[in-house]
Amino acid sequence: MNKIYLASLALLAAVVVMSIPAGQAPGSSPPLGLPPVPVPEGNPQTPEKVALGDKLFHDTRFSSTGEVSCATCHAAEKAFTDSPLKTSEGINKLTGTRNAPTVLNSAYMTTLFWDGRSPDLEDQSQHPFVNPVEMGLEDHRPILDVVRSDPEYVEAFKDVFAKSADEVGMTEVMMAIAAFERTLIAGDSPFDHYYFTGKASALTEQQKRGFDIFVNKGRCVSCHIIEQTQAVFTDNRFHNIGVGINSIQDDVPEIASEFLRADASLAEVDIQVLTDPRTSELGRFVVTHGFDGVGAFKTPTLRNIALTAPYMHDGSIATLRDVVVHYNNGGVTKKDDPVNDFLSGGIRPLNLTEQEIDDLVAYLESLTSEEYAHLAGDAGSGK
Amino acid sequence: MSNQTRREFLRTAGAIAAASCLPMTAVEMAFADKSKNFTFAYISDAHIQHIKGAEFVRNWDRGLIRAVAEANLLEPKPDFVVFGGDLAQLGKKSELDHGAEMLSKLNYKTYCVMGEHDYYLDLGEYWSKLFGDHYYSWDHKGVHFVVLNSILTYDEWTHERWPTAEQRMLEMAGLDNPNGSPFMVGEKQRKWLEKDLKKVSKDTPVVVFSHSPIQKIYAGWNFWTQDAEEVQALLKPFDDVTVVYGHVHQIQYNQIGNISFNAVMATAWPWPYPESYVHADVKWPNMTVPMNRADPFFERDATGWQMVDLDRGRVGLRYNLYDNTDRTVAYNRDTGRPEDMDFQDEADRVPPQTHY
Repeated sequence: MNKIYLASLALLAAVVVMSIPAGQAPGSSPPLGLPPVPVPEGNPQTPEKVALGDKLFHDTRFSSTGEVSCATCHAAEKAFTDSPLKTSEGINKLTGTRNAPTVLNSAYMTTLFWDGRSPDLEDQSQHPFVNPVEMGLEDHRPILDVVRSDPEYVEAFKDVFAKSADEVGMTEVMMAIAAFERTLIAGDSPFDHYYFTGKASALTEQQKRGFDIFVNKGRCVSCHIIEQTQAVFTDNRFHNIGVGINSIQDDVPEIASEFLRADASLAEVDIQVLTDPRTSELGRFVVTHGFDGVGAFKTPTLRNIALTAPYMHDGSIATLRDVVVHYNNGGVTKKDDPVNDFLSGGIRPLNLTEQEIDDLVAYLESLTSEEYAHLAGDAGSGK
Repeated sequence: MSNQTRREFLRTAGAIAAASCLPMTAVEMAFADKSKNFTFAYISDAHIQHIKGAEFVRNWDRGLIRAVAEANLLEPKPDFVVFGGDLAQLGKKSELDHGAEMLSKLNYKTYCVMGEHDYYLDLGEYWSKLFGDHYYSWDHKGVHFVVLNSILTYDEWTHERWPTAEQRMLEMAGLDNPNGSPFMVGEKQRKWLEKDLKKVSKDTPVVVFSHSPIQKIYAGWNFWTQDAEEVQALLKPFDDVTVVYGHVHQIQYNQIGNISFNAVMATAWPWPYPESYVHADVKWPNMTVPMNRADPFFERDATGWQMVDLDRGRVGLRYNLYDNTDRTVAYNRDTGRPEDMDFQDEADRVPPQTHY
């Protein structure tokens, strides 16, 4: 008891220490509805580092064709996704297996990628460069060649990390990109004003009914978490909700066995899940090798969800209404489809009425941040 | 984060779950003939329940379907699967048929044990058509396996007391029911067992599968077999004896003389440990980690199934517990009893939740 209690105290202390430098802009407080951005001790936020990360994020020279940057698939004008593409186009219009998740609020994620195979933003940022269907580099060398020779980069890295051109490595590149991503924070939605400041008029009556369904009959809040003073709308866990895995159900034993026997290195896993659709559908299993991971994917945040259609890890569901119908059916998109054998125990038919489904969708549309509200109406509402 | 650190992060995050997919040899091999070691899977207490028409209780269906699908993923493949009884809830043909169809998806030979929920409607008649004998034995890689039907009771209670078969079934299904009756193996089956064991040498490991524990834990819930001592006496002459039982829907383990006892989880729902009994000052069964409250949101919480590792005639059970810390209970050759491999040391135990 004492041991566990002390351990959790220590953990709490660590979180508090990490939280002090807020991600958005050094020293500023987080937007309404969000906690302070966790910043790793070894990579503090500075305005110069953030600006450098911004530049790296948008640089197309870090792809084999010179046409693709991080921002290609995580575009600000698309709420940092690639909406309305199901799965993004990398070099030479090659497509992978996964829908580009928004970078907005990814700073709150405790693992990155849909299957959580990366532990933090720093680590995550290095992989798309060398994935054959994303930016297609053979290795990270061409990136270092650019940042060690381009005078603007040389100057900036010297300024931020006090390192000469020859000393700059991928570590610094990754740290700068992560620092930039930690500023992409968006709260301050109508729901935040309704719930956290008590402004009753911030939501419509329909949205209020939808919120009631969200926390009660719809059971959404069990994974898309709302707390007393903040809401990141994710439990940072992995669940099989019956998307994608059905397409390989009969072959799961064979594909899983093959995968386990191959005992792939992490770099190989990275390429495999984006280039082989069948392995991709194993979800979290490719990371943990555990039963709970079969067909399971990370709970995404719901903030700005109305801007980021299509939905789910494979972009297979076009509208928010279809997403709600999928859950209402107990984890199947078309009512008479078979339920997945490995379905999470939390997913069951909800018996929502058509009206309740509409109400819930209306509520989800209240999660759009004020600064991105002008992007609304392009996609997602299902109307 | 360096590649090395990242690898460690991922492996640490997945270590527990990864092992659950690769049945491990719980006890280090010192000298044994490796060909004699093998694994099997154990699924139990599905309680498939018919509502009406084509409608069955969804949650119980999902539990069995998932366990079967996961058992088919095991790598390396288990030699066989045991289903530990209570496939049905009220012994109906519809329930047994529905359950048998799910079990038929297993890619392995499957042995079935009779539970009281399978039996007391038609006294096991339809179950026999699907699964065969109520009690039987076989040999596999040097181990003698025995399946007992341990949920029988007094003839008078079974044949004379109840106006209908349906009422008999319901009376036996209840907990703390004064109209209930204690389970037993019975004289006829004990005679069969005695004869069956005669042809087995004393140094052959014997593993018995029964639905109820062949030991006395708590009579009110029939965590009990009335003639447990008589059955134990028949098993006593053997060097290595293990009894694996279902019915209790929780992890239990115990040692009586030469006999190790291991309980398995249900795929349907968890039972708590009978509190009234542990309040008395007893030393067994060794219940070191009480079952916590099941999460009402997450229907698979506190349910599970087992991978069983047979090492030199002794079993290690690795419990696959959904979204939870997996646990392993294995025979410890130094102490001569089954032990929880992670939580045996008092300092390592997770305190139970005492208020909600």
